[in-house]
Amino acid sequence: MMIDEMKNWWKSGTPWIWLNAGAVSISLLLVIGILGMIMVKGMGHFWVSDVYEMHYNDTKNPPRTIIGERVETADITVKLYEEVESMKAPADTVVIKRVLIKSGNRDQASADFQWIFAHHIEQQTTPEQLIKLERLEWGNFYGYLKNVQQQGEIIAAGDEAWHELNQRFERVQDLHEELKTLEKDEISSINYGLERLRLKKRKLELDKKDSPENLQLLTDQENAFKADYEIVIKRLNLLREEIKRDSASFIMANGKDVTISLHMLVSILKPNQMGVMTKLAHYVLNFYHFIFEDPREANTEGGVFPAIFGTVMMVILMSVLVTPFGVIAAVYLREYARQGPLIRLIRIAVNNLAGVPSIVYGVFGLGFFVYFLGGNIDQLFYPEALPAPTYGTPGLVWAALTLALLTVPVVIVSTEEGLARIPKNLREGSLALGATKAETLWRVILPMSSPAIMTGLILAVARAAGEVAPLMLVGVVKLAPELPLDDNFPFLHMERKFMHLGFHIYDVGFQSPNVEAARPLVYATAFLLVLVIVLLNLSAIMLRNRLREKYKALDA
Amino acid sequence: MSSKLQKSSAWHQQRRLVIDNIARYGIGLGGLSVILAIVLIFFYLLWVVLPMFSSVAIQTEQHYQVPSIESGNTVLLLPEESGTLGLRITDQAQAVFFDIKKGDVSEVLELALPENTKITGAQLVGMTENILALELDKNKLFFIKLSYRVSFVNNLRVLTPDIEYPYEDSFISFESEFSQVSISRDEAQLTLSLVQQDGDVKLYRYEIEEGDAFDEAVAEVKIDQQNRADYMLLDAQGLWLYLSNQQGEVSVFDISDSDDVSLVSQTNILPPNEKLAELKILLGGMSLLAADQHGGFSQWSLQRDASNNYSLKRVRGFENDNKLLRVQSEHRRKGVLALDEKGNLLIYHTTADNLLAKQHLSDLAITHFSLSTRANLLLHEDERQQIVVTRISNEHPELSWSALWNEVTYEGYSEPDYIWQSSSADNDFEPKFSLVPLAFGTLKAAFYAMLFATPLAIMGAIYTAYFMSSGMRSWVKPGIEIMEALPTVILGFLAGLWLAPVVENNLTGIISILLIVPPGILLFAVVWQKLPRTFHHLIPPGLHAAILMPVIAALVWLAIGAGPLIEGIFFNGSLRVWMESEFGVGYDQRNSLVVGIAMGLAVIPTIFSITEDAIFSVPKYLTQGSLALGATPWQTLTRVVLLTASPGIFSAVMIGLGRAVGETMIVLMATGNTAVIDFSIFEGMRTLSANVAVELPESEIDSSHYRILFLAAFVLFVVTFFFNTAAEIVRQRLRKQYGSL
Repeated sequence: MMIDEMKNWWKSGTPWIWLNAGAVSISLLLVIGILGMIMVKGMGHFWVSDVYEMHYNDTKNPPRTIIGERVETADITVKLYEEVESMKAPADTVVIKRVLIKSGNRDQASADFQWIFAHHIEQQTTPEQLIKLERLEWGNFYGYLKNVQQQGEIIAAGDEAWHELNQRFERVQDLHEELKTLEKDEISSINYGLERLRLKKRKLELDKKDSPENLQLLTDQENAFKADYEIVIKRLNLLREEIKRDSASFIMANGKDVTISLHMLVSILKPNQMGVMTKLAHYVLNFYHFIFEDPREANTEGGVFPAIFGTVMMVILMSVLVTPFGVIAAVYLREYARQGPLIRLIRIAVNNLAGVPSIVYGVFGLGFFVYFLGGNIDQLFYPEALPAPTYGTPGLVWAALTLALLTVPVVIVSTEEGLARIPKNLREGSLALGATKAETLWRVILPMSSPAIMTGLILAVARAAGEVAPLMLVGVVKLAPELPLDDNFPFLHMERKFMHLGFHIYDVGFQSPNVEAARPLVYATAFLLVLVIVLLNLSAIMLRNRLREKYKALDA
Repeated sequence: MSSKLQKSSAWHQQRRLVIDNIARYGIGLGGLSVILAIVLIFFYLLWVVLPMFSSVAIQTEQHYQVPSIESGNTVLLLPEESGTLGLRITDQAQAVFFDIKKGDVSEVLELALPENTKITGAQLVGMTENILALELDKNKLFFIKLSYRVSFVNNLRVLTPDIEYPYEDSFISFESEFSQVSISRDEAQLTLSLVQQDGDVKLYRYEIEEGDAFDEAVAEVKIDQQNRADYMLLDAQGLWLYLSNQQGEVSVFDISDSDDVSLVSQTNILPPNEKLAELKILLGGMSLLAADQHGGFSQWSLQRDASNNYSLKRVRGFENDNKLLRVQSEHRRKGVLALDEKGNLLIYHTTADNLLAKQHLSDLAITHFSLSTRANLLLHEDERQQIVVTRISNEHPELSWSALWNEVTYEGYSEPDYIWQSSSADNDFEPKFSLVPLAFGTLKAAFYAMLFATPLAIMGAIYTAYFMSSGMRSWVKPGIEIMEALPTVILGFLAGLWLAPVVENNLTGIISILLIVPPGILLFAVVWQKLPRTFHHLIPPGLHAAILMPVIAALVWLAIGAGPLIEGIFFNGSLRVWMESEFGVGYDQRNSLVVGIAMGLAVIPTIFSITEDAIFSVPKYLTQGSLALGATPWQTLTRVVLLTASPGIFSAVMIGLGRAVGETMIVLMATGNTAVIDFSIFEGMRTLSANVAVELPESEIDSSHYRILFLAAFVLFVVTFFFNTAAEIVRQRLRKQYGSL
């Protein structure tokens, strides 16, 4: 009876339906899992976590104190533990818990991350006086404040040191601000001006116009720049002296002292003293810094502003290129071309181009745009800079062009779909009223298909923002010294190389020497990128749905 | 008034028509240019790739009487690198520079030889530098250095030659006369080997910087030779000395340490009763080129076996109808030029393993023969004292069908093999351009990705399209499709930095997921069936997937948790160690399993979406008809729906495959990128696309390497285009079929 029932059940195909349902569940779990993990790990990066002080005794080495943040935990089997550590595991345990501690102080200790065994931790506290320093170099520092010094002389120690430290740190930050303006704006604009003068001079030589008067004019300008430079550099040196005035001594986990100059610090925190609200405030602040600051320490610390900026610039430039061409091609295919086998073939080809690997576009971009077009542009318009290439090297404009080519099928397909959905009677009505084809197109068809064009553009932008492989060939670098947009004439420098969020993830996650330290930043960057792309896609989907609603009404 | 209005209206009409026309042609032009741009990709890639396969062109351009014949007979003929100037060193100690194109003398310089000496021979020291060694009276060596100063006169490039003397005194003299001398120079170390008149072979080594005078030799070694030294060769770094007699008995000496010169190998490279016609060394110093009396020509390479013993092994051979008189190795590539007794010029390439060209050069006996360092110009002098200039256009000799796709025996390898190794710091390096490991890696990655993605995506699509409630479907479909928009760099980064270590640490758990989850689902289905009916009514039909989600999550958790237990019981604590010791299966952290999962994730939404569309658009009356005839939903699905939708499913798989083949970032980040041919799921790979991404930025423009990378891109383009077109045609057919239904 039971067996018969089972047999029937099996025969009915119900188990297969369940298995198919299982496939959907697995796919959904994967999607949710990935998005969830990126979100949790990416957003966790900005949270100020507690700093622990632990007394650690693994019985092999002398007992020691470890100060640091807990990063993650993992389990290993007892057997593996006993083999690797050659120590007996505590009785009646199944797995051994390991904890990854970020103990910082990379300049003082050999490693800033260490795995320790949870059962060797004898005591664990979170003292309120523990200080976490973010530094310009060598990563974080954890320890206790000992005293504050001015030019080597102790100014404050004990309880008032913390207050003094904060005050003096504010002063240093102001100086930093000033230094940054000088270095980034003034010096770089002087250098830029000098470089332009050099090129002008070379151009005069090439054009055989290097008469003494002309050269004198250039020399005068050059001297003016140099005089400016002298002034700025003097001020700069003064500031650099000033900023090094104060320092502070700290006690590390091993009891030793270390003195750190305040100008090396990015932030000073007592995480264990902070309440949830303070931590939230710092969370927002950290997020702000992440978005708006430059990277530090080979991109493994600091913000990602240049990468965001580069991505946005590239995408904007690409949109400017791809929208008109994509729309024109779609209008041609749908409205003007004679429909026949040839157009059908072209349509299939355009459709298929969306499936061609992006790296192929990168190869084409490098060969055709960079070497061929760029090389010729250099020969014609920038002979003075040769043999150093101006446009004959990967850069922003080539990256935008390559991605425009890559995404043009998306815009064409989407626009064509929109054009096809416009009811025929609207078109005929307009023509019957005496409008020309161009007028019909401009006044009736394009406005009505604008949501479809927008959808196509958004999808193109979403694809372009996440594409990395072709960019590696045509213009992305790990660290661009200058942004492609600045206050030096002609303001938009389309030949410059740029940074990109997607490439940043690849570079920091896979090319940096200290992957462990960079990991949270990579997650945060990935989260940012995913957020942007998911939002773009959702808006495209919503636009498409609204479009469908609209024409449903028209059809009726 | 009205005429004015009419006029303006006519003008207005005119303007409207003009605009209409402009729009028509403008849009036509714009549309066509976009389409052309797309076509351009194909043709541009092809245009870069094609020169790879162009054949060698040999053209004799000029011949003229030896320039400045009064300066004496030629001892050495040498074209300068760019091919504008030629040099003739004469027995009267003159250096005659002449214009190669016209044969005019451009400068004659007197060589400052020691007094009362006569040039008896000359040779290039090293292959790329401009240092020459002149043999004086068979007992002295005199060194000169050629320098060419470049200047521009009226925008024309003018070379001014000069002769410098690199070493003070510039010569070494030896006690006994020599009959043969070989020289190699590696920075400050100068190595000479001489065959003396009495037949003894001696090795000298000097430490001398440019500008210094010759001190005593730091080493002077008499070689313990086995046979007569009729042929003597030194490699460019002065590490190996090759001696051979007429019968082809070659002795190889390791001379890297002059205090310990040792015979490392003794090989007879000719069949019995055969004699050598010429023996030369190939660029890199690891291979000998031997020509025999009957046109046989072979390459022998020095190989080291497992116990560090060297031996000469025959790598490849060529047969020619005529005896080869002269053999000359190219200066920068593994190409070889040879001249046979009938006056034919033959060009070989050893790696490509073929004769690239054969052309008749001259009927006259050739007395001097010299190749420029770029190997694009050949100068020879014949018995009538004529100089003949031959241009050779041979850009990519190393690329042949067999070098790209067949097994090749490379220098230093004992077996023919498929290897991709495109560059090295060393100039003498033999580039290994086999596309086989890369194509294999591409297919392997795609295979594992499809293995993971296809069942999940198709089964998921079946359920979503056919069984799922429409409310849930409107959430699930975009939910899975959003993953298609997820940048692959993020999937790659998660795979490389998160998944790879997780898989490594929980290998047993991951594998047991496969074994636990499907039976677990079935078990849950049975339990669900047994639950009281009232319970079923709580949840509307078509929501199996939602109910299953927590179940599957729990099963996965269980599998991962059980991993260490299973490992402890069955695999002695660690599955990886157990596999290694039991089956010799290695484990690479970034392996095909990780790539398969990550790239599978990238492919799932593509396949899912298209399959779902195909199944969903099967006309409803077909299913309703089947159900009305009493078929169960499952029977209807398998017998009617899937059958009708199968072309759509096929095209979904094709498009998915196309995507997997071309994916770059995931494989770049989730594999070790080593170009190995290994089927194991626990080893990595290097794919065509990742290889292009890594190597193209560093590749020199228009070099062979550059063109091969373009070929890789072209292959990817054509393959994916083919897959997609096939899929698209199938899909359009399907649409028509539905229309007729």
